[in-house]
Amino acid sequence: MGRITDCFAALRAEHKTALIPFVTAGDPQPAVTVPLLHTLVEWGADIIELGVPFSDPMADGPVIQLASERALAQGVSLTQVLAMVAAFRRTNTTTPVVLMGYLNPLEAMGYTEFAAGARQAGVDGVLMVDSPPDACSDLTDCLVQHDIDPIFLIAPTTTSQRIAQITRVAHGFVYYVALKGVTGAGHLDTASVAAKLTQIRAHTALPVGVGFGIRDAATAQAMAAIADAVVVGSALVTRIAACADQPDQVPVVAGTFLAELRAAIDNPSRSLQDTC
Amino acid sequence: MIHVDLPDEFGHFGRYGGTFVAETLMEPIAQLREAYTQARQDPAFLAALDADLQHYVGRPSPIYHAERLSRELGGAQLYLKREDLNHTGAHKINSAIGQGLLAKRMGKTRIIAETGAGQHGVATATVAARLGLECVVFMGEVDIARQQPNVQRMQLLGAEVRAVSSGSKTLKDALNEALRDWVTQVDNTFYIIGTVAGPHPYPMMVRDFQAVIGREARQQLLMMTGQLPDALVACVGGGSNAIGLFHSFLADDGVALYGVEAAGNGLDSGLHAAPLSAGKPGVLHGNRTYLMEDPDGQIIATHSISAGLDYPGVGPEHAWLKDTRRATYVAVTDDAALAAFYRLTRTEGIIPALESSHAMAYALQLAPQLTPEQAILINLSGRGDKDMATVAALAEVA
Repeated sequence: MGRITDCFAALRAEHKTALIPFVTAGDPQPAVTVPLLHTLVEWGADIIELGVPFSDPMADGPVIQLASERALAQGVSLTQVLAMVAAFRRTNTTTPVVLMGYLNPLEAMGYTEFAAGARQAGVDGVLMVDSPPDACSDLTDCLVQHDIDPIFLIAPTTTSQRIAQITRVAHGFVYYVALKGVTGAGHLDTASVAAKLTQIRAHTALPVGVGFGIRDAATAQAMAAIADAVVVGSALVTRIAACADQPDQVPVVAGTFLAELRAAIDNPSRSLQDTC
Repeated sequence: MIHVDLPDEFGHFGRYGGTFVAETLMEPIAQLREAYTQARQDPAFLAALDADLQHYVGRPSPIYHAERLSRELGGAQLYLKREDLNHTGAHKINSAIGQGLLAKRMGKTRIIAETGAGQHGVATATVAARLGLECVVFMGEVDIARQQPNVQRMQLLGAEVRAVSSGSKTLKDALNEALRDWVTQVDNTFYIIGTVAGPHPYPMMVRDFQAVIGREARQQLLMMTGQLPDALVACVGGGSNAIGLFHSFLADDGVALYGVEAAGNGLDSGLHAAPLSAGKPGVLHGNRTYLMEDPDGQIIATHSISAGLDYPGVGPEHAWLKDTRRATYVAVTDDAALAAFYRLTRTEGIIPALESSHAMAYALQLAPQLTPEQAILINLSGRGDKDMATVAALAEVA
């Protein structure tokens, strides 16, 4: 069993929902990332999603596009991202790390070399946004051979037939994209998300995380009530971007925000409607 | 080897092509594939398309024997397929008409498109105006500045031109932004892609719509000369006009196929847009193909005098034709293209688009290597009216 599976099993025993922050590796500065990851764990992250910067992030909204641009401007490569994970692992051997990004940097490195390097660095899962399972089975096979969980997206437009196809090859957890749009967009409709989660759970016993559109404590709390994990990306990256000029402030700002979300999802009875 | 049955059902041309998009788009793309598969076999759809191509676009476009230029060069006879004479001034309308009819058939009410030179944007805006569909065209800020006449035409036609300020602010970024828009409004929106790239079925569908170019040209040239041409020459950005010309000749082994990429300031300068000549395979914009990228797999900025060729990728069928050596890909510089632009203008009274000038430039090199009994067919994919400002600015500098 991998770290991701262990993590969800432990949370399930405590009746807790996983909190998964997303940050882009190297944003706003490469030196900030490893301390930032430790801070996120300290303030309540159960799993880390680490964005691999890419020049053409087609599924991302402006917030994460700009985070990618900031990282790339400092030359952050996939090799460096793996080195960051390895550095994080020196003092944290339990929190799962999922790499999220686009296929081409992996193509350039070569799937086998990437999977071996990622495994050695301590990566637990890989989610390639532009690579649904039917697009690239050779990457999936390669990851599984190296004991890395291939994580896949399910969207509002995904048919029942595709859900069956995706959950057959998914490991670790599946990631439900809560809205039609890019990261950081739109408004969540809790009822329709709940209905889709029911449909997904009819196909798989894997935990289901929800992301895209979780912007604050209230939306995190609403999603945590129906999902096994909530992913927060753009809302967190916005706060990181706001202190890009004072990188030493990044961990505390991000940690404070994460603590709010943690409190909200762990206390489902506390109403947040008034404070938002 | 005969390639005409490609792609396979998954959109693969050998190892190229495929469907590399975010999950949200997988079902809409499956619906598009299904709708197109039905439409291409529906006599009523094909008849409507043919009627539009004839009465609205003005097809068939003529073939013109550039006798004076051929004589000057002292080699092969040059024949121009006059896609510049189409309504809206380029080959782009062939595919925009087809995709527009398909959008209507699928009940979509909103059309989006990306554009570089603006020719595809104008063609799409034109089709949208005629079909009564809402239209948004994504265009990089750099391209908006250098292709103003086409921006004005699109706006006049009722389209919204949305400036794209991310990344390199050119065609690739316009494509990213169109994909982002599509994912957000996927229920009512049809994305009319301008070239033979993108996820399956686009490379196949756009090729099918553009294949009218080569189908006509093959017959026309046989009528005019009694024989097939010795070589075809077409410029390649994404590669839609080139595939459109090549497709009907793929099985004719005696016909050499030349795709001409933009070498910009020269392939050695790094400032170019020639992925087939100097790139390597990777995944971008929904398909696996040759790309311009750095060693870390990041897409790098391209440069070409021609906005329509300023793209770091290329249609997957071209990648396949390169690897199988059925087609040969070469590159010509900004300077060579500009020289060809002037030469065709002053010798034959035809002002070519800067994109098409790249094909002309290579034909000028190739013709003297052949005999006067041989024939080169060049795709004059668009007219140069839109490039007046670019050419005038360069003339001032010189």
